[in-house]
Parts: sequence; C-alpha cells; structure tokens
Amino acid sequence: MRRRRWRVAAGAGALVALAGAGVWSAAGASGAPAVHREDRVLDMPGAKIDTSFFTAGSPHDKRPAVLIGHGFGGSKTETKGQAEQLARDGYAVMTWSARGFGSSTGQIGLNDPAAEVKDVSRLIDWLAERPEVRLDGAGDPRVGVTGVSYGGAISLLAAGYDKRVDAIAPEMTYWNLSDVFFPDGVYKKLWAGIFVSTAGGCQKFEPQICAMYNRVATAGQPDEAAEKLLESKSPSAVGDRIKVPALIMQGQTDSLFPLGQADAMARRIAANGAPVAVDWIAGGHDGGDRETGRTQARVTQWFDRYLKDDKSADTGPAFRVTRTGGVNSTDGSAQLRGASSGTYPGLESDPHTVALTGREQSFANPPGGAPPAISAVPGLGAGLSGLSSLGVGLSLDFPGQYARFDSAPLAAGLHLTGSPTVRIKVKSTGDDAVLFGKVYDVGPDGKQQVLPSQLVAPVRVAGAKDGKAVELTLPAVDHTIEAGHRLCLVVAATDLGFASPAAPATYTVSLDGGGLAVPTVPAAKTASAGLAWWVWGLPLIGALIGGALLVTRRTHTPDPDPELAQVPLQIAGLTKKYAKSSDRYAVRELSFRVDKGQVLGLLGPNGAGKTTTLRMLMGLIRPDDGEIRVFGHAIRPGSPVLSRVGAFVEGAGFLPHLSGRENLELYWAATGRPAGDSRIEEALEIAGLGDALQRAVRTYSQGMRQRLAIAQAMLGMPDLLILDEPTNGLDPPQIREMRDVMIRYAEGGRTVIVSSHLLSEVEQSCTHLVVMDRGRLVQAGPVAEITGGSDILLVTTVEPVAEAVVDKVAVLPGIGSALRTEEGLLVRLEGATTTELIAELLRLDVQLTGVGPHRRLEDAFLTLIGGSA
Amino acid sequence: MSTLMDTPAGETAPGYRARHTLPLRVEALRQLKRRRTLVMGAVLGALPFVLIVAFAIGGSPSSRNGRITLMDTATASGVNFAATCLFVSAGFLLVVPVALFCGDTVASEASWSSLRYLLAAPVPRARLLWSKLAVALGFSAAAIVLLPVVALAAGTAVYGWGPLQIPTGGSLGAGQAVPRLALAVAFVFVSQLVTAALAFWLSTRTDAPLGAVGGAVGLTIVGNVLDAVTALGHWRDFLPAHWQFAWADALQPHLEWGGMLKGSAVSVAYALVLFALAFRGFARKDIVS
Repeated sequence: MRRRRWRVAAGAGALVALAGAGVWSAAGASGAPAVHREDRVLDMPGAKIDTSFFTAGSPHDKRPAVLIGHGFGGSKTETKGQAEQLARDGYAVMTWSARGFGSSTGQIGLNDPAAEVKDVSRLIDWLAERPEVRLDGAGDPRVGVTGVSYGGAISLLAAGYDKRVDAIAPEMTYWNLSDVFFPDGVYKKLWAGIFVSTAGGCQKFEPQICAMYNRVATAGQPDEAAEKLLESKSPSAVGDRIKVPALIMQGQTDSLFPLGQADAMARRIAANGAPVAVDWIAGGHDGGDRETGRTQARVTQWFDRYLKDDKSADTGPAFRVTRTGGVNSTDGSAQLRGASSGTYPGLESDPHTVALTGREQSFANPPGGAPPAISAVPGLGAGLSGLSSLGVGLSLDFPGQYARFDSAPLAAGLHLTGSPTVRIKVKSTGDDAVLFGKVYDVGPDGKQQVLPSQLVAPVRVAGAKDGKAVELTLPAVDHTIEAGHRLCLVVAATDLGFASPAAPATYTVSLDGGGLAVPTVPAAKTASAGLAWWVWGLPLIGALIGGALLVTRRTHTPDPDPELAQVPLQIAGLTKKYAKSSDRYAVRELSFRVDKGQVLGLLGPNGAGKTTTLRMLMGLIRPDDGEIRVFGHAIRPGSPVLSRVGAFVEGAGFLPHLSGRENLELYWAATGRPAGDSRIEEALEIAGLGDALQRAVRTYSQGMRQRLAIAQAMLGMPDLLILDEPTNGLDPPQIREMRDVMIRYAEGGRTVIVSSHLLSEVEQSCTHLVVMDRGRLVQAGPVAEITGGSDILLVTTVEPVAEAVVDKVAVLPGIGSALRTEEGLLVRLEGATTTELIAELLRLDVQLTGVGPHRRLEDAFLTLIGGSA
Repeated sequence: MSTLMDTPAGETAPGYRARHTLPLRVEALRQLKRRRTLVMGAVLGALPFVLIVAFAIGGSPSSRNGRITLMDTATASGVNFAATCLFVSAGFLLVVPVALFCGDTVASEASWSSLRYLLAAPVPRARLLWSKLAVALGFSAAAIVLLPVVALAAGTAVYGWGPLQIPTGGSLGAGQAVPRLALAVAFVFVSQLVTAALAFWLSTRTDAPLGAVGGAVGLTIVGNVLDAVTALGHWRDFLPAHWQFAWADALQPHLEWGGMLKGSAVSVAYALVLFALAFRGFARKDIVS
C-alpha cells in the first residue's frame, strides 16, 4: 500500500471533524487560568481517533503545541492532568487515544509508521490550522511530543518521521522493540504476555503482529521475521533521523524497558547532534515511585527551553539519577535524592574491576524450564523492585540450577552505575545455552542478599557444545555497595520472566579471568539532602521569636539610698490594684516606715491589704505605684536585699514528701548561702517540733507546719523578719512563747514585722503599730500613742447605750466617731475636750459611771476602723 | 550576673550570691524523692520485664494486618528487644514522664506555696526557671534513656547479643546498631522537647500541677489526632506528632536523616517559643499562690 508523503497536506482537507463531536468545556483551578477543552473525534484512514485539545488564557496568543501520548492499555484520559497543566503553562496541548485504545477505533499497530505515526502527523496538520498555535512556517506548527511508555515511543517515532516535531520528552519507553522482547535472542515471555493481554487480546492487534506473537509464544524463541517486524516499528529504525532536543527519562526498576534502551536512544540522538538529557527515575514498569511531579515539571522546563525558546529555562543536568536514601518511616515512602553530572556517562563509565572467585561449576537446565528462578515479577506489588535499594529483596535461585562466583568483601564502598560486565566460559550438553546473569549485593553476614532493581540479563550462547567464551553484560542499575559487602555473580539456567529451552541440558560455567568490571560515575554527585528550607529556618524563626519574647525593656532600678541604709523598711505611696478587680484597690497610697529594733504590728481586718503589702515587700507582686525600700534598696522581684529578709507570709510552704529537717536544709541550700550561716538548730529549737522533724511534712498538723515555717523564716537570723498571722493554729502557751521570741529577736537590733487581725495578741509584743483598712493606712505610730492617745475615751455607763444615742454622739461637733462596746461607749475626739463630751453625754441622759483614756488596742483599732468607714 | 559582685556591702546577707541560688543539685534532690519520680522510674524500668514475660507467655510475636513493625523481630536479639521497647513506648508512654517532670515542676511548688519562699529567698525568677527546667529535662532524658538501657540489658540477658534484625529485611551488626539506637533515643528526646516546653509553659501559668501535665499530654494527643487527618496534607509536616516515629529511620541499613532533622526542627522551633513564653510570663507574673 503506497501512502502519500507525510508532508502533503492531507491534513486539513482529509480531516473531517465529525458533526457535533466538538465539545467545549472549561476546567479552572482556583487562581490559575481556566483551561478550555475541545473534544473531537477525527476521522483518519482506518480509524476514528478520539482527541482532546486544551488551551488556557487568551485565544489570540500564539503558543507552541504539545502532543501527549498515553501508555499501552491506557487512553487519552490518563494524560488529562498533565495536559491541563501544560495548557496553563502556555501551551496548546493535544491528547489522543491511539488506535485500538480508549474510544478510538482501529487496530493496534504497535506504533506502526504507517498508522499510529501517520496519525500523529495528521494531528500536527490539524494543530497547524489552529489559530492559537504558533507556526514555524506554513503548515508547520512549533510542536513537542511527550508521553510515557507507548506514548514515549510515539514521540521518538514522530520526531523520526515528521520533521515538524521540534522537541521530544519520551519517558520509560523503548528504542528497539526487538531488543525489548527478544533480548539477546531470549523471549521475554512474561512481559510479552502481559503486553498482549493489556491491549485486550491478540485480536486487537494488526493480524501480522498477532500472528507473530502466536508463533513466538508457541516456540518460546523468536525467529528472524519476528525480530525484523518489531525492529521495523521501532524508533531505532529511524534513529539517524531523530535530531531534535530529547529529554529521555527511563525507569530503574523496569524489566520491560531497561536502562539500556534509554542508553541506546541517548547515544544515537546525541550522535545526531541534538541536545540530550538522561534522567533515571526511581520507579519503572516493575513499580516504584515514578516521580510524576518531578518528571512533568522537568518536561515543562524542557519545552520552555526548546519550544518557547526561553533561554532562562533550566533544562537540568545532562545526567541525573534518582537514588534511594532509605525509608521515611513517617509515611513509609522511600527517600529519593538526585545525583547528577554534567555529561551523560553511558553504561560502562570508569569501570572498577572486582575480582571474583569460584571454580568451574556445572548445573542443570531443568526440563520444561521449571521451576524458574525469580527476579523481577511484573505486576506483583508496586515498589517491590524498589525495595532492593533498601537492602530488601525477593529473589530466588534454585539449587543445582545456577553457578555462583563471589568476590571478597569490598574494602571500600562502591557505587555501581551502569552495566557490569564479566567474561565467562560456557559449555553446554545441548547446542544453545540460555543463561541469566545477575549480580547480587551480599551483606556481611552472608544471608542478606539483594538483587539491585531485581534485574537479570539473559544471554543466548549459540554453539556452546564445545565451550565458548562470552562477555556477559549484566543489567544496568544504580546501586550502592557498602564496604564489607560482597558482590556475587550468579549465572542461572532459568528465570520466571523469560522462556528458556525446554530440553534438559547441563551447563558448565567458569570465569574467564578479568573479574567483574563495575562501572561507576564518580562525577555524579548526590545532591545534598534536599531538605526543605524550614528544617534550618524553623528553629531559627523559633529562636528569633523566643528572643523577641524575652527582650524586655530594662526596668530602671532606683539607686540605693544611703540615708536609708539603716532603715529596715520604708514604704512610700504604695498602690496595687489587682487585674481582676478594676475598681477596687488592694492597697492604696500606703506609706509608713519601720526603724531598727522595732517590733511592728501591721493591723487590719481581713482584706485590709496587709498580705498584699507583704507580698509586694517580698517582690512577689509588682506595685502599680509607689516604692518599697528595704535597708535603702528598692524592692524588685528577686532583689538581692531580700536575702536580709526572712518571711512567713500566708501560711507554710513545704515539700510534703520531705521531712521537716530536710525541708529546712534544702531551703537553706537553695539560698546558696554557706551552710554554717543557717543557724538551723536555733531556728528548730524555736519551732519545737522534736522528733517530728524527721517525719514527712505531709504528716504535720497545721500548727506544726506553722512553727516550722516560722523557723524557716528565721533561718540565718535575717535582719528583717516578717511574720504574717504567726499565731494562727498555735495554742495559748505557744502564742505566749512566740511573743517572747519576737521580742527577744528584736532586742538584738533586728526588726520584726508582725501582721495580724487578732490584735490582742500583738498588743503586748509590738512596739509600733500600722493600722490598715481597705488598702489604706489608718494610723501609724508607737503602740502607746495609738492605744493610749487621749483622743480615744472609754465611756462606761450604767446600762447599755441605745443605738440612737450612739448615733447622736457620733454626729456631735468635735467628735470623730462613737462606737458601742460591751463595756460602754468608745469615743474618738476630734477637737472636743473630755469635759465637753461629758457635758454632751449628760445632756443626752447617758448615765455615766466613768470616762477615761482607753488602753485596749482592740477597741482602739475598731474605733479607728469605724472612723474611716 | 557579674554586677552582683559589685553590689555595695550590706545589700545582701553574707554569702548570698544570686548565681548560687537553687543549685541544680539541690533542685534535683528536691524532686528526686517525690513519689511520682520513683513510680515513673519503676514503671519504665519494669516495662521491659513485662514485655519479656508477655513474649514468654504469648510466644513469638507475629505481624498483624500484614503491617511490618519492630514487634515482628522483638525477640531476635537484645538490640531488637530494646528497639521494640522504644517502639511501643515512644508514642505515648514516654510523653508522660516528660509532661510530668516539666509540667509539674513549677506548678507543684505553687500548689505547695513553697514557690513564694524560694522567690523571696531570693532565687531570681529566671534562675529558678533555669534550674527547674534543667532538672526537669534531665529527669526526662533519664526516663527516656532508662527504658532502652534496661531493655537492652534485660533483652541481651534473655535473647542474647546479636545483630539488629530489621523487620523489613536485612540486619545491622550489634556494634553498629547500639550507636544507632543511641541516636534514636536522642531523637526521641529532642522530639519530646515540644511536649516538655508546652508542659513547662503551662506549669508557669497554673497552680494546678495536674492541669499542666494533663494539658501537655492532652495537646500532644490532639497533635496525634490532627496528624491522622490526611486531608491536612503537607501541613502535617509542621505537627510535632508527625515525626514521632522518625527515629526508626536510624534503624535501617541506610541511616536516613531527613525525617529526624525535620522532626527535630519542628520540635526545637516550637520548644524555643514556648520556653521563651514561659520565661517571659513568669518574669512578669504576680505570684499570688
């Protein structure tokens, strides 16, 4: 059948868009331009081809076109994602279902130059008519072709048969189909069977191909016609005509289209003078990670450079190989890293010779070729082959069916990249010997045995009856052999994936000197771990945020006041409002002073602000305003001068699991001061806990804790001792004792501040008094001055005074306040004299029994509080 | 701190130096005798023996649901057993001591009221936090180390000294495996820093020790739950829980750093911020407990 030349514009005229078949649709992703899709069935000789045309953005812009072929057994739908992405990246993209696949009709011709390849030329014709597509000349669009597997081969063939193709990016595909299915004359039966059944059976193929398949599969061995047929349909047939930039991506775990196919196409196309880049991806037809995201991004870059002529587009290194670092245990995926070099090294670069040992070995080819050794098992569990790079393997050799030659443990690690070779002598009892060569990586324990990428290399040795020396080219792989591991060459009689002779035979194999040549690519440098920026950035950001949080404006600490150096405590204008009570002041404008040797009573009812004041004094809470100076030093949290202050505020605070003694010892140790200064025995004597000191504090009664806490406050005999409600929980003898302790303590020139709301107790021990109520200072001064002040009088009466009378007294001129007590009436004078008071009382018919200065502190205190109410 | 040396005579009591307050030794002694410390130590020390007994009664472990875990090779050698103990405890059991030691340390002092006496001693606030943090982290590290060390010793006694059998196949010589195990333990500790920091920060915010411990454990669980939401995609990379088993990368033929580095980065970053929050908040806080 004579066909017209492809250049003839059979295209526009011959292509008839079937009526009504054109469908417009738009797919938009958020933020990205909407992608318009035009589905159309094109009528071609012998088939109706189902196509989709994708564009995005303005229809008036001229843009390069990209054709995306699909894999064997697939259809145009599997390339939709990549098509839409490329459309968004500014290409006019066409996808189509090849003959016999998807909705396209016709018979599968295995990328027949007269059928499938012609179809592509017609698609290019159609593209040339499109207004969106940029043209290099009349009828010649700027167009690239890419695709995976079957679709990758069509890209090579299109470039070979149609000069209008400007760049290609084939992935995981073949160069010579005959080499693929009949490597070295051995029939790759398992893959061939899968291939045919994937298409839907033999009848889907052109009759010529189907007949060939039936013939070879039956014979278990290819014939010359079969080899010729497949070769004629292969890109290799037009290898010298493929002169466009080619990005070749091939899978490492691919027993169907091994790396050797990519090697052949790379060398041929490079020899034609076109730019070539080779990328060995991690996965392949046997499974594993196909790195789709990365490869598609690289294809886009490749087309940006060679279709859009974008000189800034990074086409990547001339050679890149993906290496597996290990399993990411977080998600179970393999860690992939790229190693790259500036030139493509081929499969036999920089060989290292590894000596092998092993005597001549004889082994059987079992009749019927069963049971077969196992290497790659297509279709069995994705990623199985990928496991070999992780030190895991599933491979099997049957005893008596293989010869084995080992190396010594490697002194240094070796990175094998390419096809190792070895010379062996083969002798067979039959005519031909079919052997399967493989190189295992054997761990130091001898048990762990890994077949890199699960690949084997078949070899047919013709005329081996008299013995023959052959060079065995082993599978091309990329694999790290650690130091201490051995390499092991296995030559087996069978393999699951291949047809081996059914006739029984005995093979005798020996080494032919020279050892195993292991190719390496020292120039291929593994990229640094490829860690995301945030691996270093995140801790840095954390440190910066942390640092910013810690930077505080230095609060100015006032200089010590030397004049106050001998003054234990001076409080001026102290104010504190708790955050949660916005209107109520806990302490307000409090000012007083305590001098050396004083025992100061801080008096006030509950809620008067005593404890708040003491907490501020200890630096536990910050005043809103005002200042506290202890021995002239302003108090801030943790002020060193606090080391001269001993405090017991608001109850004891001990570690319940430790004994009383341990608590005190550890507390003293926590102050960091010399153990000799603690005077712990004196303090413990005051606590009077006796044997209980050795018990855990959690067993203590309230009073015991109280006494221990007071002892803790006295540790080191501080210059200023602060006791907050010290007599709570103590019994009367202890209270009396505590009083004496405080008085004695102050006699040594030290100062004591005692706060209490039980005034009768401090009455006798205190020398001075500060009376507080509702946060304010009511009165301060010597006890005698407050209690014995002539302005407070106790008026005793015959019978209790009526409330109305008390009120009348209170409002008399010159009277501060009046309060009824059990004994009579307590009156504070403000200007009035005693005589005037008596006169007024008599006028109110109060029957007096006496009037005199009041000496009881409690009453005085109540009067004071009443006065401020 | 050196300025303290220049303070005029009489400002401080004799022998007082702010930098000498609350020494680590003293803080360690204060915490060591606590019942929870001892109980935690006992639980972690006893777990390997419990597992040994369990394996002895239940027979050799086998894989469930076809998932390969370190359980499968637990009894292969002492190193394997130690790795298995780490595997069963890293997810939750080891979170508890870390949350406990770091979450309890300040809050319990507040609840005992002893905090105010330490601060009035005075122990400077930052100094107090440093001492407490150092001791809490030290205790946490000790807890995390204790388990595999006991497991290694007990496992070696029961299952013998041998190479680490990796469940996915292959093995690591014992001499190589022990440093790898140490690396795994170190990563577990670093990955727990975020829990430690969270607990520590909460500890400075509340007077209820259980609140701080429970809060830290609870938020860790929330992290685990979020990590199970695969819809979050790559956002999960920024969850500390996402990397909690990355230490297993140390126990494979090819040591894989990526996951551990990422996990450490996430953990350290969060921890730094939370520690800073703790110091900042505590320095300004009104101590009213």
